[in-house]
Amino acid sequence: MSGRIVHIASNTFREAVRDRVLYNLIAFALLMSGAAILVGQISIEIERLVVVNLGLTAVSLFGMVIAIFIGIGLVSKEIERRTLYTVLSRPVRRWEFIVGKFFGLAGTLVVNAFFMAIGVFGALLYVSRHFQKADGWVLVALYFIILQFLIITALALLFSSFSSPLLSAVFAFGLFVIGSFAEDLRGFAALTHGVMRSLATGAAYLVPNFSALNVISSVAHQQPVSGQLILYNTIYALIYATMALSGAVLIFEHRNLK
Amino acid sequence: MAAIEILGLEKTYSVGFWRKKPKCALKPLHLSVEEGEIFGFLGPNGAGKTTTLKLLMGLVFPTSGSARILGMEVDDPRMKAQIGFLPEQPYFYDYLTARELLNYYGQLSGVAAKERARKIDEVLQRVGLPDVGGVQLRKFSKGMLQRVGIAQAILHDPKLVFFDEPMSGLDPMGRREVRDLMEQLKQEGKTVFFSTHILSDAEALCDRVAIIHQGELRGVGAVADLTSSVHGKVEIVWQGTTVPSSLRALGAECHVTGDTVRAVLSEANQDSAIEALRRERLRLISVIPVRTSLEDYFVQKLQPAEAVAGVRS
Repeated sequence: MSGRIVHIASNTFREAVRDRVLYNLIAFALLMSGAAILVGQISIEIERLVVVNLGLTAVSLFGMVIAIFIGIGLVSKEIERRTLYTVLSRPVRRWEFIVGKFFGLAGTLVVNAFFMAIGVFGALLYVSRHFQKADGWVLVALYFIILQFLIITALALLFSSFSSPLLSAVFAFGLFVIGSFAEDLRGFAALTHGVMRSLATGAAYLVPNFSALNVISSVAHQQPVSGQLILYNTIYALIYATMALSGAVLIFEHRNLK
Repeated sequence: MAAIEILGLEKTYSVGFWRKKPKCALKPLHLSVEEGEIFGFLGPNGAGKTTTLKLLMGLVFPTSGSARILGMEVDDPRMKAQIGFLPEQPYFYDYLTARELLNYYGQLSGVAAKERARKIDEVLQRVGLPDVGGVQLRKFSKGMLQRVGIAQAILHDPKLVFFDEPMSGLDPMGRREVRDLMEQLKQEGKTVFFSTHILSDAEALCDRVAIIHQGELRGVGAVADLTSSVHGKVEIVWQGTTVPSSLRALGAECHVTGDTVRAVLSEANQDSAIEALRRERLRLISVIPVRTSLEDYFVQKLQPAEAVAGVRS
């Protein structure tokens, strides 16, 4: 990775860390973990199930909100405030700017998820008094959540490279919701015929398959995750994020910064 | 080699709901700026100055034509490492301190880590902000941000500096300091290209100027040449408040200001006027030929009504 990408990523990370909204969300996520403990205490024999479900869902949802909330402004805010002018008038290629922004936000989300995960494991330890071997699958679920963050960050950047923050937010949230039901969409496509089938199948494969990346429920029930799924999900997420990022670069390379 | 060579650079935007209506921001522009000169790019607001600078910075793409800076294409990173740019009304990452911002820009410009701290100190000193390096930019006034903008443009010791309205937001002292800084840059052998609509700044600083209006180049030349033509008139200034009647008979236009009188009259009547002042025992202060000012030239190149509305001198 070029030094300039690292510097842009570091600055993006610093901006996010100094953003008070981010701190509020972390605090809120920790509060959710606290709530999980409370619910765990009033739930008989299913404390672990409730804590893992609620904790990981909070990590996922708050991470997604951060990814979309910050991601949609990554490019458009820089254009609107004209901070981009003094960056691109230096020996910085436009694609380096986009990739640097992506890694900066992705790094922020990973760090954010790391602290949230500590909260989840702390809550688990609190309700179970000790860790179990199956708790290791929680790490896999967290890994899949991070893969989701990579996809949504790349998509937010893609939308941010050509539309307003409001529209970008609508598009990104829309894709997140639809992508969370991607498996159902594929099932629906299989039930249709003719042109409708082609359209539904196309749409089902175009939207990010977040449902395949969601194993929260199965790890909460202490079910293992296959190595094959980990491999497929990794490849899928990397390809999807790379394609979305390439789209963002392609659009941004030809954009007039009026 | 020319520092900047612009060959028919043109920009037309598509406007309107369906983006079908063309709006010409810059008509084909041909311009050359030599190394080591201070070049003023003059024009009223909305003339096309900022569009030209954005085209040169690669921020917008030309409809046609091309430009070369320091002999390289405008998107060449090697060229961009050797130029500095101050945008109009700059806005910076306000969560950073001035020092952090300059460090970031230094990193992007490839300034070596061991030199960066020293250069940041030097440049903060140079723009008159030596004590606020650790202050977040959100606490800076408009004038201080303008100074930070100038600092980031010269931090990496560029060969060529582009300033878009560098005096904007500065008080009279600040304007003077920026003028001094630009002259220092010239003395260091750097080329300075700056846009402005403040003609007195351009007249005081520039070796050459270009005048642009409605996206079209209206004139270009050395300031000394543009202001050297005389009207065949002289300006005579003397101490006192009285105007000899013989001077009025010579057709002099007289203006009394405080304890001095300024008279403008035909060059042919100069000797008679001086003789009349001697007879009246009035103390002569100066006799100078009336020259075309840059403002006169500017107004001449624009429609009078537009010039009045668009120019502050």
